[in-house]
Amino acid sequence: MMLFGSIDPALLLASLMVASTPILLAALGELVVERAGVLNLGVEGMMITGAICGFAMAVNSGSPALGFVAAAAGGAGLALLFALLTQFALANQVASGLALTLFGLGLSALLGQGYVGLKPPATIRLNIPLLSDIPFLGRVLFSHDLMVYLGLVLVALVWAVLKYSRAGLILRAVGENHEAAHALGYKVVRIRVLAILFGGACAGLGGAYISLIRVPQWTEGMTAGAGWIALALVVFASWKAGRVLLGAWLFGGVTVLQLNLQAAGLAIPVEYLSMSPYLITILVLVIMARDKSRAPGSLGRVFYATQ
Amino acid sequence: MTEELLAVRGLTKAYPGVLANDRVTFAIHEGEVHALLGENGAGKSTLVKMIYGLVKPDSGEMTFRGAPYEPPEPRAARNAGVAMVFQHFSLFDAMSVAENVALGMENPPALRDLASRIREVSETYGLPLDPQRTVGDLSAGERQRVEIIRCLLQEPRLLIMDEPTSVLTPQEVDILFQTLRRLTSEGVAILYISHKLEEIRTLCDHATILRQGKNVGSCVPRETSAREMAELMVGAAFASPRRAGRDMGPVALDVTGLSVAAPGHFGTSLRNIHFAVRQGEVLGLGGVAGNGQDELLAALSGEFRVDAEAIRLHGKPIGLLGPAERRAMGLLTAPEERLGHAAAPDMSLTENAILTAATREKLTRHGFLKWGEAEDFTRRIITRFDVRTPGPGTAARALSGGNLQKFVIGREVLQRPEVLVVNQPTWGVDAAAAAAIRQALLDLAANGTAVICISQDLDELMEISDRFGALNEGRLSEVRGTRSLSVEEIGLMMGGAHGMEVAHG
Repeated sequence: MMLFGSIDPALLLASLMVASTPILLAALGELVVERAGVLNLGVEGMMITGAICGFAMAVNSGSPALGFVAAAAGGAGLALLFALLTQFALANQVASGLALTLFGLGLSALLGQGYVGLKPPATIRLNIPLLSDIPFLGRVLFSHDLMVYLGLVLVALVWAVLKYSRAGLILRAVGENHEAAHALGYKVVRIRVLAILFGGACAGLGGAYISLIRVPQWTEGMTAGAGWIALALVVFASWKAGRVLLGAWLFGGVTVLQLNLQAAGLAIPVEYLSMSPYLITILVLVIMARDKSRAPGSLGRVFYATQ
Repeated sequence: MTEELLAVRGLTKAYPGVLANDRVTFAIHEGEVHALLGENGAGKSTLVKMIYGLVKPDSGEMTFRGAPYEPPEPRAARNAGVAMVFQHFSLFDAMSVAENVALGMENPPALRDLASRIREVSETYGLPLDPQRTVGDLSAGERQRVEIIRCLLQEPRLLIMDEPTSVLTPQEVDILFQTLRRLTSEGVAILYISHKLEEIRTLCDHATILRQGKNVGSCVPRETSAREMAELMVGAAFASPRRAGRDMGPVALDVTGLSVAAPGHFGTSLRNIHFAVRQGEVLGLGGVAGNGQDELLAALSGEFRVDAEAIRLHGKPIGLLGPAERRAMGLLTAPEERLGHAAAPDMSLTENAILTAATREKLTRHGFLKWGEAEDFTRRIITRFDVRTPGPGTAARALSGGNLQKFVIGREVLQRPEVLVVNQPTWGVDAAAAAAIRQALLDLAANGTAVICISQDLDELMEISDRFGALNEGRLSEVRGTRSLSVEEIGLMMGGAHGMEVAHG
């Protein structure tokens, strides 16, 4: 096809890695939270809060690295609010999560008032002498910023910890049956609070990746539903880290592809192209999720300890 | 004389409005099986939770092997040598047997070593178990083995068992008892909670009886009759159910070739079930939990639609009718799960009464509720069935299990059913309340109602039913008269040993 001729595959794959990183980070965090039995619908709010916290810190300090630290802290801070509401005040998780998203969107707009139109300091890209010079692979695999690799490392880490470590086993146990875990003497609330904080930090990192690297600037509501896609990703990936990566790549890939197609002037209305990443990702994951795997047994249920 | 293992002195625990344990004192010796008896709400579970470190006592003290013992959390109790098998299994369905066992241990070895240790212990004690299987796929008996092996791997000195036999077949109970006897011969003490008094008489050396949180006495079960023990628990004499001689009428409910596909992952398909119940007859359906009981109830109540001809009420095909239409025709049901299925937990008793009785008791007019009459009906249930509650406005959730069960059964009985189907009518209900519920079912049958009682309590089925059948993997055995049945025959009808053979060698 003529149209695809104008698209450079190496560039396409390279930008796929970049486009998928924000939702990959956020979805991994949410995966851990849901495996601990908590449904936090505030991912979008934590992402956008992370985006502005990271942006502000990077602009003021001149260091993108400090920006990402601040983003993780900002996301975790908002998640702490969610933890207080759901784990101590025993509030409904769905309602608290939705409130968290709305609150995060408003808070970020307020914090970001002075930052509209500024440019953040550039994040250094990897440039490994030999590897980065390999013709095709060098560009696709070895010339990204560190956050892309952090995302990939996190996938492996989350998978291995959940599958092989004692901490992962206990976390899954708490998510599968919190009463039984409590009866065996595990600290359900403490484990869940830690998981929620981890989820918030990951979402914050994902948000800051958008505002510091992908876009890079600050606009209100700039996460544009990425948090919701991350949430859907976790469910359709059947709570498995490997499948989350696959879904994130798929979403990132279709996003990049449709942008390229728009630029190439494909005769399909832009609206259809813009919705295609959401549609295709969900469709593919729904088909994949038709096996026997199921949600953690205690997902979204309130835990009352008897003392 | 063996040595004292655990001594409990003056243990007290108060919850807002209730004194769950009031200065309880007793002692367990090494190698002894000690029964803890009491009605629902007598404080048995609070007491064992304190021993296991899940609940902190307000006052009182414990000594374990002569040293002061105050476990702040279950981990400390396990370290001291106390292990517990829970009434509602504390297992994780989506995980493997080995992972479940690892979660109950302090310092589990690597999963591969653990798997071989599980095999070793399971063979030593005659409890065969494959460490790699997913717990959600196991039978109730096998799930209990997981719990027991989890405890045994920690080499406990005291094993607490909370209602361990309520979900087992007679053969599985025998195997469990053999394992327990073997443990006691090694010096392990067992604290045993059960409502089944005959079992306690066969197994236990001593019994401590709790009533309203107080230790009201002790006895040697082998030398005490089940009836005496029950009266000690209740604190008064009560009548055991009496069966009046009665005549059977024509067939009321006729089930032919009933098949239903399993509703979900963990459900059971019903396969080609046949039976008939006559007016005035009590049909008992036994079987180990999860063999199609819930599905059969749903098919009879109308929650599942089936072939029109598969179920006939007084000769009319009703398989396609929904629950409301079947209720109107006089087929009433009381499902097993009290909170959530039989009753809406956060609604008042009156509202719950309206939910099933609106049509038959005419509690609505032009779509509006007749509150006055609904409340009268609820009060009638409360008085007639001795439901202990502040009043008809109380939320169902606030009632204790036994009281709510009396309400749920009473609500259907007072609607004068033509056919009544009950599932586990006395599950987790104390002896006196259970006797009252059974009597109500028998009275109902004496007045010409056809009663189908689905239950896992064989003693109950033998006591009240005229004919007995057993469900096994969604199939119904031959239905036979109860008088001529022996326990062995019943066990075989229930599906035999379920792979529960004692390992040889």
